[in-house]
Amino acid sequence: MATTAHPDHHPAHDDAHDLHSHADHKPSFFARWFMSTNHKDIGTLYLIFSIFAAIIGGGISGIMRAELAEPGIQVLGWWAQFLGGGEAVDFDQTLHLWNVLISAHGLIMVFFVVMPAMIGGFANWFVPIMIGAPDMAFPRMNNISFWLTFMGFCSLMISAFMPGGTGTGAGTGWTVYAPLSTTGSPGPAVDFAIFALHLAGAGSIMGAINFITTIFNMRAPGMTLHKMPLFVWSVLVTAFLLLLALPVLAAAITMLLTDRNFGTTFFDPVGGGDPVLYQHLFWFFGHPEVYIMILPGFGIISQIVSTFSRKPVFGYLGMAYAMVAIGVVGFVVWAHHMYTVGLSVNEKMYFTAATMIIAVPTGIKIFSWIATMWGGSLEFKSPMWWALGFIFLFTVGGVTGVVLANGGVDDNLHDSYYVVAHFHYVLSLGAVTAMFAGWYYWFPKMFGRWHSELLSKIQFVIFFIGVNLVFFPMHFLGMQGMARRYPDYTPAFSYWNHLSSVGYVIMAISVGVFFLNIIYAIVAGKKPAPNYWGEGATTLEWTLSSPPPFHQFETLPEIDDHAHAH
Amino acid sequence: MAGTKNHDYHILPTDPWPFLLSFSLLVFTSGMAMFMHEMALGTYVLIAGVIGVLVAMYSWFSNIIKEARAGDHTPVVQLHLRYAMILFIASEVMFFVGWFWAFFDFALFPTTLTEVVDGQWPPAGIEAVMDPFDLPLLNTLILLCSGTTVTWAHHSLIHGDRDGLKKGLWLTIILGLIFSGVQAYEYMHAPFPFGENTYGSAFYMATGFHGAHVIIGTIMLIVALVRSYKGDFTPRQHFGFEAAAWYWHFVDVVWLFLFVAVYVWGGWGAPVH
Repeated sequence: MATTAHPDHHPAHDDAHDLHSHADHKPSFFARWFMSTNHKDIGTLYLIFSIFAAIIGGGISGIMRAELAEPGIQVLGWWAQFLGGGEAVDFDQTLHLWNVLISAHGLIMVFFVVMPAMIGGFANWFVPIMIGAPDMAFPRMNNISFWLTFMGFCSLMISAFMPGGTGTGAGTGWTVYAPLSTTGSPGPAVDFAIFALHLAGAGSIMGAINFITTIFNMRAPGMTLHKMPLFVWSVLVTAFLLLLALPVLAAAITMLLTDRNFGTTFFDPVGGGDPVLYQHLFWFFGHPEVYIMILPGFGIISQIVSTFSRKPVFGYLGMAYAMVAIGVVGFVVWAHHMYTVGLSVNEKMYFTAATMIIAVPTGIKIFSWIATMWGGSLEFKSPMWWALGFIFLFTVGGVTGVVLANGGVDDNLHDSYYVVAHFHYVLSLGAVTAMFAGWYYWFPKMFGRWHSELLSKIQFVIFFIGVNLVFFPMHFLGMQGMARRYPDYTPAFSYWNHLSSVGYVIMAISVGVFFLNIIYAIVAGKKPAPNYWGEGATTLEWTLSSPPPFHQFETLPEIDDHAHAH
Repeated sequence: MAGTKNHDYHILPTDPWPFLLSFSLLVFTSGMAMFMHEMALGTYVLIAGVIGVLVAMYSWFSNIIKEARAGDHTPVVQLHLRYAMILFIASEVMFFVGWFWAFFDFALFPTTLTEVVDGQWPPAGIEAVMDPFDLPLLNTLILLCSGTTVTWAHHSLIHGDRDGLKKGLWLTIILGLIFSGVQAYEYMHAPFPFGENTYGSAFYMATGFHGAHVIIGTIMLIVALVRSYKGDFTPRQHFGFEAAAWYWHFVDVVWLFLFVAVYVWGGWGAPVH
């Protein structure tokens, strides 16, 4: 698809450019990693940060599954005492810890695992390369996007050790609903958590501005919008969602802050305010947010399916505009998260219909991936295993999404484990599977060492069994009436809960295999060729060495079917 | 591929300010949380954060100006800056959408659950509102006028009239400061308090955030004025000025919506003070 032009040695435009024009001149360790202006290094920082945050966020779900393995309270009391510095805690504080855990798990996984890995990590690494650009448009702003995300995480960690409501930490849920987050949690923990969202949100808005500018302005000669790899399209749509959705969240959580600390009554009925207003504002951000998390995954899967089918993606333009449609319609479906707050029947009808419409572009994507494989020269390398797993698991999550889209059905299933099963199928089985797919697709390219294909496939099999065992039974639990966000349940629910906790242990083993694979790559990984996946891999990153030079494309590549005057 | 850069993009050396600015912001937000809960040292942490943020932003933007003077801002880099400013303003628009959303929710659907509001807008607890055709109208005219003076400055700059540039900017800044002063006066003499009910909450937060943006815009214009005295900006390249002007127009437009929706429509029928 693309060729790199000859690296002619023109004299620099002026002296200022000579100071930093050597492609492989890397800065010293501290400068390189703390003062970076290099999109690949910043991408690596994001990926490392995301893995670190995932250990904490995933560890929290380990505590939750240990607690839910049996009816009654199991391990919460010990953890509440441990986190409280060994002092004795009362039962209310123990139960408060549960709220803190579910809040931290959600916030960490959404803002500090999936978004940093997808947008900060993979998009930072590969959007500039795939469009034939030497770096992002704003390399310094790129760095502050990362460090703001990091500082947001620090603020969230600080909040865990501050007084909250009944006990230590912010126990508001990741949605930070009022009045639990206002009058219900008087301590500073919630303020630190809100500021964590402000910091990470500001970083994401700057990242979105950076990506949009880069994609619109820095495409190599001949790289028209309709020739861009689908991963770049996915990041472009994602960046617009971030740009337009996050400021509304910023306004909403600022109202929380002033309600909490300065006596405003936005969400306080005593002064005429309305807690439901918070939910509207939150989900006007929150629904685009779920597409922010999954769209880059769509892009990754498109690249992988195409590569290992040795075919261009079926219906390329349809795939690109399906993502645009998902992004646009994603802004007008938010209240399907709020069917039980007392919406009118007309509102519920509208939001049901609008939500179901999203299944159309999503279906276009699923069927086009399958059609890409149809008649293709399929090669089952490990990223393809993960991609196939994604297509199946995401489809399951999508189908339960259509079920929940019905306002009438949701009246029954709202806040039940059916919802938990649904969004974990699209996120922890969908988005996370896409992240592993991208990881193994690009790992040798990014780090210049081969991972073990065998270990990757073993990890996939264990992961696939584990996560399905964790989350599939939750559909049954939800339909039987088990409510989410409680640490205890009636013994009638114990069978599927126990099985789910066993599934967590299996999933945890697969994470062990993931780290084993990194150790393998460091110790024994061979050097990869520039295009180690062969002729199916046609995007520009495969024209570069593995790893790419510190500054790639010092002479811009030209896309070969572009009529250029050389 | 080692060797010389053959493109016009701006490849930057390593830079400490992104880390330092984000760390300062963490200090600032933490200090704010500590201050709001009257924790020990909260005020000091907050002040340290504010100082850190200001120093980091000053240094960062100074570097950008130095790079512009060194010729790093090639035509494509200037295009990047334009895109980024437009996108930043778009995100700011969405921020105000959040505040207008809250305002219209309260104004169109005043609750009957509390006698503070009692199904009316302005709420029953509001004895009087500001007369929109008194100082708010004056402020509207001041801002609209400042939009013309900044355009005067822009046209002078394009036509090489440095004197007109400085005069236009001076006037715009003075009008911006008068606007902020009138707003402060209005706040001090307003017939209803901050908070307590939805009217005070929506009014002060929406107009307050607008006021904060006016101050930011005024600072941008002051920087542009200082730079024009130092000989920066050419008729063909003056993005720093343009960004300030765009931002100023954005602030102007937000005010028009605030004036029409919050002051005129939102106070309609209520006794004025």
